[in-house]
Amino acid sequence: MAELLPLPEAVAALIHDGDAVALEGFTHLIPFAAGHELLRQGRRELELIRMTPDLLYDQLIGMGCARRLVFSYGGNPGVGSLHRFRDAIEHGWPRALELEEHSHAGMANRYAAGAADLPFAVMRGYAGTDLVAHTTVGTIACPFTGEQLTAVPALRPDVAVIHAQEADRDGNVQLWGIPGVQKEAVLAARRSLVTVERVVDALAPRPGGVVIPGWVIDAVAEAPGGSRPSYSLGVTARDNDFYRAWDAISRDRDAFAAWMDEHVLAGTGAP
Amino acid sequence: MSAATNGEVQTVVAARRLTGVRSVFIGVGRPSTAAILARMVHNPGLVLVYESGTIGAKPFHVPLSIGDGELAETADSVVSVPEMFNYWIGPGRIDVAFLGAAQVDRFANLNSTVIGDYDRPRTRLPGAGGAPEIAASCGEVVVVAPHAPRTFVERLDFLTTVGHGDGAGARERLGFRGAGPTAVITDLGVLEPDPATKELTLTQIHEGVEVDQVREATGWALAVAPAPATTPAPTDQELGALRELSSR
Repeated sequence: MAELLPLPEAVAALIHDGDAVALEGFTHLIPFAAGHELLRQGRRELELIRMTPDLLYDQLIGMGCARRLVFSYGGNPGVGSLHRFRDAIEHGWPRALELEEHSHAGMANRYAAGAADLPFAVMRGYAGTDLVAHTTVGTIACPFTGEQLTAVPALRPDVAVIHAQEADRDGNVQLWGIPGVQKEAVLAARRSLVTVERVVDALAPRPGGVVIPGWVIDAVAEAPGGSRPSYSLGVTARDNDFYRAWDAISRDRDAFAAWMDEHVLAGTGAP
Repeated sequence: MSAATNGEVQTVVAARRLTGVRSVFIGVGRPSTAAILARMVHNPGLVLVYESGTIGAKPFHVPLSIGDGELAETADSVVSVPEMFNYWIGPGRIDVAFLGAAQVDRFANLNSTVIGDYDRPRTRLPGAGGAPEIAASCGEVVVVAPHAPRTFVERLDFLTTVGHGDGAGARERLGFRGAGPTAVITDLGVLEPDPATKELTLTQIHEGVEVDQVREATGWALAVAPAPATTPAPTDQELGALRELSSR
């Protein structure tokens, strides 16, 4: 049953050094506030999992708290490179980063297999690409037709962290708009933390709303604006100017460190 | 109206490609601009599909990211990422996919992973994203890329996305459903795979561009059609709509 906790307590209780942590959110509902709290608490040696590492993972990688990254696309959408992600891979700064790289279809199916508690997922993909030689992927014959298909191993993060618009007082969560892979991430993970824009007395049905029952969630923490500079549809707007500004902030190691000190380590989290 | 730049011609040519098409899969940047332009000028019913899960999005602005709120708010349906790949892309429900890349080879295979060695890259690029499965399964692929020797290379540093593999028959051997790349639209012209060999061939050049200029911007000995067509200049309607869209 989800416990309603202040964010610092929830992060301290659920995320430990060395954990495999998936902070999910596909361009929408990215859990920045939780990620920043994780930085303030000084978590180390994390295996970071995420389909689309963007600014939040650029920050986590640049601060040196990740030893490994599992992902399928690392870019600043519409703007360009993630400079901290690139610096870690190209120059090992501030530390070397081990990679496990997939396609989006592969990662999505890996989460779905984890949610279903199956050992792997079956799909068509990866065939003919150089990714096959650099990642964990196999082939399996269809028992009915003999067709050769691709198998990808289930993802089972230690912790999934997501952001949603609302929770009720029993910790039932509702998110709407682009749902990404968050429900799968929560169900695939051993523990889960959901930050929300607001806690309400009763969830009202929303078109396309995804409801995750509180009894599969460990902790819910109220974090208004907790997905900024990403957004929570209907509550906050995507700060496209900040995504553009990040390019200059993150390009230089010292400018990055100074920005993180001022806005994340000493601040409240929201840039 | 001032004359169109080569970049504008590239966008207009990509938009024209969507005349009569039901659905198009697009990323951000020029492909997104082209698809919105196609809805404005050629094909108002065109279904725009973004990887973020928005099917039938009707954006008024060119979105910065594939997940901008406007896409979700205007979509016919918004689905999860597993559903997008397993129910919509994999079964080949999308007619055309626009893809970009940092490197393109003579068989329209694409690299968006690394420049240099995978383990010690000179430049780490974003990675595959949805491209490998999109290119395998969508009805056809249109590549949109800037024409330069560092983009159009003899040999990819990393094969992220299969176009026509090592030539004719490669896609069939891999069991792919879609036809693969049918055009590469650049700021200089259009390359199309030779029907027999699948090697990219220059079939169209934009106004004011010389064939030799295209050859120099290509990192392999480029095949050229006997008489490449000249791209019809953007009409006032196309160019006016594109500039109005870009100014929103």
